[in-house]
Amino acid sequence: MEMLSGAEMVVRSLQDEGIEHIFGYPGGSVLDIYDAIFQSDKIEHYLVRHEQAAVHMADAYSRATGKVGCVLVTAGPGATNCITGIATAYMDSIPLVVLSGQVPTFWIGDDAFQETDMIGVSRPIVKHSFSCRTAEEIPMAIKKAFYIAATGRPGPVVIELPKDVQNPLNKFPYEYPENISLRSYNPTLSGHKGQIKRAVAALVNARKPVLYVGGGAIIANASKQVLELAEKLNLPVTNTLMGLGAFPGEHKQFIGMLGMHGTYEANKSMHNADLIFSCGARFDDRVTNNVEKFCPNAKIMHIDIDPTSISKNIHADLPIVGSVEVVLQQMLDLIEETQATNDSESINAWWDQINEWRAKDCLAYKTSDTHIKPQQVIQSLYKVTKGDAIVTSDVGQHQMVAAQYYPFKEPRQWINSGGAGTMGFGLPAAMGCKIAFPDRPVVCVTGDGSIQMNIQELSTCMQYNIPVVILLLNNRSLGMVKQWQKMFYGGRQSHSYMDSVPDFVKLSEAYNHIGIKVDKIEELEPALIRAFELKDRVVFIDVAIDPEEHVYPMQVKFGSMQDMYLSKTEKTDA
Amino acid sequence: MRRIIAVLLENESGALSRVVGLFSQRAYNIESLTVSPTNDKTLSRMTITTDVVNHAELEQMMKQLHKLVDVLRVTELTQSAHVERELLLVKVRTVGSEAREEIKRTCDIYRGQIVDITQHLYTIQLTGVGSKLDAFVATISDASEIVEVVRSGVCGIARGDKALRG
Repeated sequence: MEMLSGAEMVVRSLQDEGIEHIFGYPGGSVLDIYDAIFQSDKIEHYLVRHEQAAVHMADAYSRATGKVGCVLVTAGPGATNCITGIATAYMDSIPLVVLSGQVPTFWIGDDAFQETDMIGVSRPIVKHSFSCRTAEEIPMAIKKAFYIAATGRPGPVVIELPKDVQNPLNKFPYEYPENISLRSYNPTLSGHKGQIKRAVAALVNARKPVLYVGGGAIIANASKQVLELAEKLNLPVTNTLMGLGAFPGEHKQFIGMLGMHGTYEANKSMHNADLIFSCGARFDDRVTNNVEKFCPNAKIMHIDIDPTSISKNIHADLPIVGSVEVVLQQMLDLIEETQATNDSESINAWWDQINEWRAKDCLAYKTSDTHIKPQQVIQSLYKVTKGDAIVTSDVGQHQMVAAQYYPFKEPRQWINSGGAGTMGFGLPAAMGCKIAFPDRPVVCVTGDGSIQMNIQELSTCMQYNIPVVILLLNNRSLGMVKQWQKMFYGGRQSHSYMDSVPDFVKLSEAYNHIGIKVDKIEELEPALIRAFELKDRVVFIDVAIDPEEHVYPMQVKFGSMQDMYLSKTEKTDA
Repeated sequence: MRRIIAVLLENESGALSRVVGLFSQRAYNIESLTVSPTNDKTLSRMTITTDVVNHAELEQMMKQLHKLVDVLRVTELTQSAHVERELLLVKVRTVGSEAREEIKRTCDIYRGQIVDITQHLYTIQLTGVGSKLDAFVATISDASEIVEVVRSGVCGIARGDKALRG
């Protein structure tokens, strides 16, 4: 058998796991692993400028490809800098393996230099974690980590590797395990047959059904089944923020995103539905609004691979534990077999009602002669990219506007931090996507607050020539914070404006990128066209937008789903 | 509602901290927790007593426990016939033979045992359900001065054929 050191085992195990790209930052306690990487020609490593960005890159790489993202960092601050990234992946169920160095085993507990209990610090935000105390444990720990990260409800897994365990002088027999089974971990994939029958019956008997599709449908690659089911039964479909792209944004049965900044028709349809069929969505508070007033007449059907997501916030009348893809396929097979159909007359009446809500055109907005509106920017982006770009975003108003005004055609096209709401996610996320798909246009829609949280990665872009487009909706303030302050805090703008926004054009040029400033609407489209034509350069477009624009619709706090502000002056009847 | 949850989990480092962390992270209440390896040394058995507001909270708690990668089985004991026991060790100060007699009598009534003595101290061991231990502590405090009390927390097992096995 081949004899390898602990450090070599780490690299070989990653290779044998099929890992091609890893993101990281070296330091004292992982130098042996970095030395082994230096001698490997199979793994491409990207050196970031801050470990948080490494995790976001690996995370977005995973979101875009469906593969497991991989990160390598040193002990102590290297590890703790990953925490926000790990929390982001955890909240959105993204599979990651984070390898972190640790002080030698004989120093653990002594408060040694760069010692942090990474297993302890990360515990609430990982799916699982391993600490390798001998080199022989490494291959199995890595095998288990990738298996656990990718299966069931995916999530981040941390592996801690003390320095002495990596020692290049100590060699041990190496074999990468081919198969794995864990007696305590067996995710359920297919749905209970009785529940499938009941679900089909409930669905075909519903007169006002809504298909409520979340990120779980994307993770499970269930878009084909969602589309087939929706078309077969003529069901209205709404996507969560995480589910955008799971159902085509321009499909006639798509009624828009739902929730806090969802469309009028999506929130109205939910509230008035008699059946809500949740496919891989978890009834998040940003969707349900006040749970006491949530969809009073609806029977709730819920497919989720994670049993804890079922009946956590909203009681499910018909729970089905399983993968969205497998369960929907089971339902489609049963519908085919029994030739089950729904009552087209009542469905048509339901559509008439929905179309009446649609006619309100809740995403219409007023343009201005003096200011560029954020909505215009996203619509131009859609036009110039023909709807084909991978769009990553940061967190805030720009994120909501991108979600509302860029109809995503397919899954894995919209990459954002939905659960954790992590500012600083967008740029490294775009880089991770571009590394995964060098030939596709990748754009980071960002704000002047968010971009400055990981702007150092412009340097990484320069080093590896990762030509993403950065589209900054610059309102010289923390727009969403300001919106809330205007609406709910008497307009007191406590620390929500930035009176020292840098010159982003010069900043981009300092990193040898191209910066374009857009102040007038007529400059916008040419700038975007140029940015996407320059395929081998990072282009940073700084668009001065109307600082007073708010995101609407917006649900009224403590209200039901259908209680919304529709503009600064219009509100639905309570 | 007081509930007793029995958990069978991998006997691995970090497993206990994951369970305890889950309870604090999700704002669940732990009244007592005991854990020890089973006859199969690769497995640990844990008994958790908790106070839940309703059945939905209990169900969510059990699902969350089961979601932990280390956890094999989770069951709730109070919903059917079960045996629960707690161990109490109490050290009391006694002065005079009359007081000692009284303590010995009380111990006998409760079927406790005196497991250690010094010139002025008795250490008493008692097992039973929590309310019995409470009553014993109250009674013994009338006859003596309590110096120290330690309780194990509840251990529980289902009656009859039911078993929690790997």
